[in-house]
Amino acid sequence: MEPTWSTLAWQGIAVFLTLAVFSFLYKDNPFYKFAERLWVGVATGYWTMLLYHQGFSDKVLMPIFQQHKWYYLIPVALGFIMWFRLSPKLGWLSRYALGFYVGISTGIFIPLAFKTAVFLQVEGTIRPVSGLAEGINFTLALLGVIFALTYFFFSKPHKGVLGVMSKAGIYTLMVGFGAGFGLTVMGRVALLVQRVIFMRDWFVDLFGKAF
Amino acid sequence: MSTPWYDKLLNIDRRWIYLLMAVAVIIPAIWPFTVPVGISGEVRAVYNFVEDLEPGEVIVLAIDYDPSTLAELHPMAEGLLNQAFEKDARIIVVSLSQFGPAMADEIITRVATSQGKEHGRDYTFLGYKPYPAITILAMGTDFRVPFPTDYYGTPVDEIPMMQDLHNFSDVECVIALAGGSAADMWIQYGNAKYGVPVALGVTGVMASDYYPYLQSRQIFGLLPGVKGAAEYENLLGNIGEASRGMPYQVTSHLLIIIVMIIANIGYIARRRAIGTVR
Repeated sequence: MEPTWSTLAWQGIAVFLTLAVFSFLYKDNPFYKFAERLWVGVATGYWTMLLYHQGFSDKVLMPIFQQHKWYYLIPVALGFIMWFRLSPKLGWLSRYALGFYVGISTGIFIPLAFKTAVFLQVEGTIRPVSGLAEGINFTLALLGVIFALTYFFFSKPHKGVLGVMSKAGIYTLMVGFGAGFGLTVMGRVALLVQRVIFMRDWFVDLFGKAF
Repeated sequence: MSTPWYDKLLNIDRRWIYLLMAVAVIIPAIWPFTVPVGISGEVRAVYNFVEDLEPGEVIVLAIDYDPSTLAELHPMAEGLLNQAFEKDARIIVVSLSQFGPAMADEIITRVATSQGKEHGRDYTFLGYKPYPAITILAMGTDFRVPFPTDYYGTPVDEIPMMQDLHNFSDVECVIALAGGSAADMWIQYGNAKYGVPVALGVTGVMASDYYPYLQSRQIFGLLPGVKGAAEYENLLGNIGEASRGMPYQVTSHLLIIIVMIIANIGYIARRRAIGTVR
């Protein structure tokens, strides 16, 4: 479908802002500053209204004033006293709300964090295998975990067998960092590529429309 | 005394590298070429799960990213929506990233319209709520707790497809496309607490952090960055944005590798020269 002049104009603004942001790679300049501040302003405005409509409206206004669920006033009061942090005299009031929030979060978070990041991870590292390929994969992962942990074991000097295991631990960590770095490059390049394709398509559409 | 060649090499103005990178990504734009994409097991697992859905079954698609990671995650969302709609599955979409809802609304509406799907009957978009952990926990009780209305303000009880859907026990899986910590929340609260099968689509930067969850089977599939998106498009037989971006990845990665080799030559030469002086 051929784009309209209106679409091209809006996309043209996006192209200009993209180039303005990229211009920072050469050096700081007014175009970059303009794009940066415009983004901060738009983002703040957008998020404020989103929080109002998707949060405050249907979690505070609607339950209290339309459905008359008066118990909603309790979390509203807790939320309200959070603002007292800005007052030097009444700042202590905010600790009640904060304490309530931290207590609930910790009670829920700690058991689940242990389950997902410790217990299930240990179980996943030492599990029965089926098939040669899976067996090799799991054995390598298990050895890698043991060697990497050995590298951080500082109660004995890293000599002899412990030294060899520690060295293997460094290589394991390096493989991990390398994979992370490679994936990071891929991610960053993807962002650049998306912008390049967008600008190329815009230029092609613009010239196609004009000539 | 003139500056040694290796010091010149190590102190090269980084803007030259930016310029070379610009050239590297412009080459495929002018001379397009294709790149074969191999399919990994973790991507195929997600594809097979959606492919095996029966008509009417329900999945939750979480579009938990914002425009800053759109390049990597949007192609995944498009592929998953297309595939699920083709299987006549019903989709509950949520967006737990603050800048995601408008973008999510655009892609759902576009894909649903192209597939002839109706809002409220074939899919629903519940929108955004702050604090992903609390939202996911509440969804485990009842979708209506965090989302009394959908994104457009319609009470959830009045949405036809939501009549028999209450919480995670009514859905087949959650596929979360996350550009941040929401991925951890889905594992911790969605899977570990409520037992709903979870698959993730994450950015390249995040991908290596989530492979351990694949090994421990806390997630059943993983789409890692734009490569994962390109693999998914290949499985669907649809050359989309991610596949179009792969040639650019090849040229830019080649440049990065060359720059790394050159920098290491300078680094090793400098270390040897300093060692000789000592």
